[in-house]
Amino acid sequence: MTFLVEHGPAIAIAIPFLAAFTVPLVAKLGGRVRDGCVVLSLALTEFVVLMLAGDVLANGVRTYALGASVPSLTAPAGFPVRIILEVDAMSALISLVAMTIAFLASLFSLKLIPAKEGLGKFFALFLLLSAGMMGMCYTGDFFTLFVFFEIVSISSAGMISFFRSGESFEAAFKYMVISVTAGLFLLFGVGILYGNYGMLNMAAIAGEVAAGHSLLDVAAISLIASALLFKSGSFPVHMWKPDVFQEAPANVVVMILTSSLVGLYVLFRILFTVFGTVSTAVAGWLIVALGAVSIIVGVLMAMPQRNLRRMIGFVAIAEIGYVMLGVGTGLVSMQPVNAFGVNALSGGLFHIVNDALNMSLIFLAACAVAYITERRDLSGVGGLAHRSAPLAVFFLIGLLAISGIPPMNGFASKLMIFESVFFLNPLLSVIGITGSILMLAVFVKVFVALFLGTPYEGKLRKTPKTMLIPMFVLSVLIILLGLFAPFAVDTLITPAAQALLDPQAYIGGVI
Amino acid sequence: MISLHFLFVIVLVVLGLSAVVFKRNMIKIVMGLNVIAGGVNLFLISMGYRQGAVAPIFTNAPDLLMVLPTPQALTLTAIVINLTVTALMLSFIIMLYKHYRSLDSFKRRLLG
Repeated sequence: MTFLVEHGPAIAIAIPFLAAFTVPLVAKLGGRVRDGCVVLSLALTEFVVLMLAGDVLANGVRTYALGASVPSLTAPAGFPVRIILEVDAMSALISLVAMTIAFLASLFSLKLIPAKEGLGKFFALFLLLSAGMMGMCYTGDFFTLFVFFEIVSISSAGMISFFRSGESFEAAFKYMVISVTAGLFLLFGVGILYGNYGMLNMAAIAGEVAAGHSLLDVAAISLIASALLFKSGSFPVHMWKPDVFQEAPANVVVMILTSSLVGLYVLFRILFTVFGTVSTAVAGWLIVALGAVSIIVGVLMAMPQRNLRRMIGFVAIAEIGYVMLGVGTGLVSMQPVNAFGVNALSGGLFHIVNDALNMSLIFLAACAVAYITERRDLSGVGGLAHRSAPLAVFFLIGLLAISGIPPMNGFASKLMIFESVFFLNPLLSVIGITGSILMLAVFVKVFVALFLGTPYEGKLRKTPKTMLIPMFVLSVLIILLGLFAPFAVDTLITPAAQALLDPQAYIGGVI
Repeated sequence: MISLHFLFVIVLVVLGLSAVVFKRNMIKIVMGLNVIAGGVNLFLISMGYRQGAVAPIFTNAPDLLMVLPTPQALTLTAIVINLTVTALMLSFIIMLYKHYRSLDSFKRRLLG
């Protein structure tokens, strides 16, 4: 056990990587062996991530120098050498969310995709994407961040085009152009930082930045922040999101949604921890403004959509906006730190967790409906609640949680955001609440059309257990997080917010 | 005083970005991305360059300045990643051409 925790950061990245390259070979032995291998490897990773999170919450930051004789030997000569992985409360929280969603999505995908030749390779990409997300969560090094960023882009694009229709290639190409541009911006920013400080380690650079910064840092931070905003699909570059949501397989969409949240996490890590002294109120206001516009654009564009998947894609843009609204408010009120800023930051971080759970649940429920009716276009479908009650319940839980109705988790985090953003500017709360209400309107319309009315008459497939279990787990998590929100905030979210607000702990882990 | 190669970096990145944003032909978009990548790689390499220095290999090295090895490692990785990405995007274009019979990025079906 201590071995697992001590080497946890490396193991959590290594397991999905190794599995990604063994699965195509194992797939020759048959479908069951292949599925077992995928689910088992992700379950193992989830276990390691859980152990690591428990350890980090109890004992503080854990660093891991790859290839050192002792894993904690990060700076043998006084300055950091080797690739360093660093896990604190914040990255532990995000990796826990990412891995949980990856595990549930892998379960969901077992029956979803009709058995085809290339399923082994598909799961290889799926595991690569999981490994890339783990790497983005744990890396303490800018260049490794770039590499994992590109791994996430390439494996996602490969899976988006899985159905090989013209539209899916179009979505994949669009995603790829934006991701590659983002990746190059990131590399440019990292290059500037390297030229300025001669180091690539985040903690070490944070230490140097705290001592004094120049205009070059501002250029680097702008490039890196824009790259990560491209990836997370906030307002100015949101157009890839609805296309991807419309065309990619359901499990891939859920993973891409999570990877965009991981991108946001890296952005916050860089803005708070590395450039805590440079990113002043201006950066915070920029994040807040982009978040507010994302909410407006996402919700307004979701309303006229006829395609359900596309509509959920636009709502996902708005949900990213709430996270940015909360965390941006935290950034504005960082110097000096005040109570509502901390509350907004915690709300934003809590909303990252809730966004991943809620959006995944509603999207998986929508795709399960498409699966049992065997139709891609759901326009003529109605009255499904009579025939498939569990799906109706899951969809209802998802829509209540997304629109922030108590007692779901979405209410808890959105209330935290609204009540603290109000102190920054009351208008922002108004935008947020209006967006929330409009989301409810959008989804209730869909719910009525899909599930209520005269019973559905066409042929229905049975919902496989591998689809029901992930949706059930997500619903339970949503309700538990909603009912015990104060407990969740105290144990998970507040340590994460403190980790962002206090960069010294992160820096001290390395030097 | 600004060095000439940094000026070239800016020119390359701006040229590439303008191609990505304004060109309608998808292959030209990919070319634009490659031009940006070339600019960024030039930036990394020129950062580690020292005039009159030798390659950073310590065995039998003359007692001179050495160029920085880290940017070269970064550039190598970036080139490999960029090659992969280019191959993937060109294969997407081939499939798109098979379906749409056009390379024009304005002739698309996913709208709004």
